[in-house]
Formats: sequence, C-alpha cells, structure tokens
Amino acid sequence: MPSAREINRRIKSVTNTQQITKAMKMVSSVRLRRAQDRAVATAPYTEKMEGMLQRLSAASPDAGNALFTPHDTVKKTCYIIIGSDKGLAGAFNSNVNKAIVSVLKDKPRDASMLLVAGRKPMEYLKHLHLVPEKKWSGFSDKPQFSHAQQIAHLATQKFLDGEVDEVYVIYTHFKSALSQDTRIVKMLPITQKEGQQEGGPREEYLFAPDPKLVLDALLPQYLDLFIYNSLLQSAASELGARMTAMTSATDNAGELIDKLTVTYNKVRQAGITNELTEIVSGANALQ
Amino acid sequence: MAEAGKTLHLEVITPDAAVLHEDVDFVLVRALDGDLGIMPNHAPLIASLSIWPLCYDKGGKRQCVTVASGFLEVHDNTVTVITPASEKPEDIDVARAQSAEKRAEDRLVAHAADLDVTRAEAALQRALRRLDVAEKYGKQ
Repeated sequence: MPSAREINRRIKSVTNTQQITKAMKMVSSVRLRRAQDRAVATAPYTEKMEGMLQRLSAASPDAGNALFTPHDTVKKTCYIIIGSDKGLAGAFNSNVNKAIVSVLKDKPRDASMLLVAGRKPMEYLKHLHLVPEKKWSGFSDKPQFSHAQQIAHLATQKFLDGEVDEVYVIYTHFKSALSQDTRIVKMLPITQKEGQQEGGPREEYLFAPDPKLVLDALLPQYLDLFIYNSLLQSAASELGARMTAMTSATDNAGELIDKLTVTYNKVRQAGITNELTEIVSGANALQ
Repeated sequence: MAEAGKTLHLEVITPDAAVLHEDVDFVLVRALDGDLGIMPNHAPLIASLSIWPLCYDKGGKRQCVTVASGFLEVHDNTVTVITPASEKPEDIDVARAQSAEKRAEDRLVAHAADLDVTRAEAALQRALRRLDVAEKYGKQ
C-alpha cells in the first residue's frame, strides 16, 4: 500500500489534470457554439446558390461545361482530406484516418493525389510514407472563405488540366455535439440532381449576359462553397468531438480523485489506529 | 410584407451572414455586360455581377453596399444577391482597403513573371470600390 504522502501527491496531480481538461472543455464548448452558428449562417447562401444552379441548368441543359463532364476513364483520383490541427479530440482524427485508408488501399500509389488540410492527417500520411500534393494548416477550427477558395481553385485546376479524373472530399459531417460521421463525397465532376421541377409551369428566366456565361461564373463559386461547407462542418465536428472527449476526461478525473481520497483516508485512519494501539500497549506495559 | 408591386425585397447574402434585408424602391447593379436597374415587377432574372457597388433607393435616399462579384436573382419582387463578400459603408475597413490597393498596385507595377494579372486586377478593383463606397456613403 502506498504511503499517505504518495497518495496525496497523486491526488494533487490528478486535480491539476482535471483543471486543464475542464478548461479545454469550456473553451471548445464556447467555440463550438460559434462554429455551429457559422455553419448555420451559410445555409441560406447554399440554398440560394443551389436553387440558381438548378434553374440555370434547366434553362441551358446542353451548355456542356467541362466541370459536368465525366472523364472517359478514371486513372487518377484526387482526395481532399479535411482533418484538424490539434489532437485531444477523441476519435475525430482516427476516423478521418480510417477513411483515408479505406479509399487508398487496394490501389496503386500513383492512382491518387492528396490535398490535405490539417496537421493531424498530414502526420498520419507521413507515417504511411505518402506525400501529399499540397497541404494547408492553421485554420482547422476557424476556416475562412478564402481558405476554401484556395483549395477549390487548386482542385478545379487539376481536374480541368486532366491531371486527375475525379475529386472527392473526405470530411466530417456534424450531426450533433455527440455524434459526427466521416463522409467521402464526390465533388467533381458535378453530378446533376435528378427530377428537377416536375409539373407546374416553369418560369422563364432572363439571363444577363447569357445562361452559359452565368453558369461558367457560378460553378467555381459553387465549388468554393462546397469546400467551405465541408471545412465548416469539420470545424464544428472537431470542436464537438473535443468537447465530448474533454467532458469524459474531466468526469474520469473526478472519479479517480474520489477513489484516491477514499484510499488516502483509509491509509490515514490505519496509521492513526496503529499509533493508538502502540500508545495503549506501551501504557499497559508500564503498569 | 410590403404591398405587392410597389417595393422590392432586397437580400444580400454572403457565406457568413446576411448583409442586407430591406424593402427598397429601386436596385442598381453592374452585371458583366453593363448596368442593370431593377424596379418592382421585374421579370424573373439571373445575372452575373462584376465588382461594383450595389446601390438601392429607399424612401428617396440612395444607399450603397460593396459587392465583390457574385450573382443576382430576381423573382417575385424579391432581389437576392449572393456574393463572396459584401460590406455596408460603415463596416468597411478603410485602412485595410488602402493597404490592399497599394499591394495590388505594387504587384501590377512590378509585374513579376508569375503574376496572376486577373487576380491582382480583381484585388485592386475590390479595394478601389470599397474606398469609393466608404468615401461617398460612409459619413452619413
């Protein structure tokens, strides 16, 4: 049995750890709220843009934009991986890593190109001896629209140049603070939504300058938004996962402290009893 | 809601927030092929915008916000503008716009071999339009 002093020291150290995890929990819950607000604030923008895209492609079904056209054979696939910069977020990053492995296995090395955002997935790729084409970091929990633009422009460029034949995004969808799921979604070529505007009179829209030019201008922005949404979802998921992980760490530390305190009291009590017995037996011996 | 056919409902939306939500009498924007004026009861329209301030009349007073390209949709007396960036005159960071203007000008003057001219020009245009709007409409 460890001595009372040792147990006491242990209790102090666990208390310190608990304070840290508690602070991290509070910080991430505040930031989670902000990240969630931002993810919600983008919803109307996305909705309007999808609406416009639908009306545009309805108006000019034959305006074949290169971003809609699938390449004949898929030789090389580009994966945009969105993870976090910091750890201590429960299974957040290992889920992203699992998704990376699931898409990369059974494929020759040169059949995929990787674009990575976030320091943690980068480290994992290093561990797999894979070199990403380009990496970004430093904004995983507070992405800006300009970050999304950089990523989207690069991916679009690679697709248009024929360097890659498909582009997928691996990100974490935020369902709630307690549950997030990692998703692999296709970004390019853009897949048109089926069954648009059935029945009812279709309104005639005017276009300025003309449908094709508007579509050409709209698509890059749609892709920027697509990435921006994924970044925001991942940011909210990261903070949610961290909050959950830190909550349970704080609870566990509390339990540990309780257990240690009981042991400490027992040891102290045993010591006192021991001393008493010695005093009493000593006094008895003198009589 | 406004009386039908008398006013337009103008919404300016960026990825991060809704900048404007107002009932107005007239909207003036610059599309890729020229200025577009929109009055109530306009036919449904989708237009691609250039980097130019969006002006609107409300109660006989003209006001402007910056719009850094984007799209405009008119439908059922509602004008929706979606754009990556838009600011009201009072929200413009003049110092930042000035430094952005200087940066873009320097880049265009220096004309390095790998210069993305379109991008530098767009940056310059955004900065200049922000300064215009801040100067003309900021002090009200």
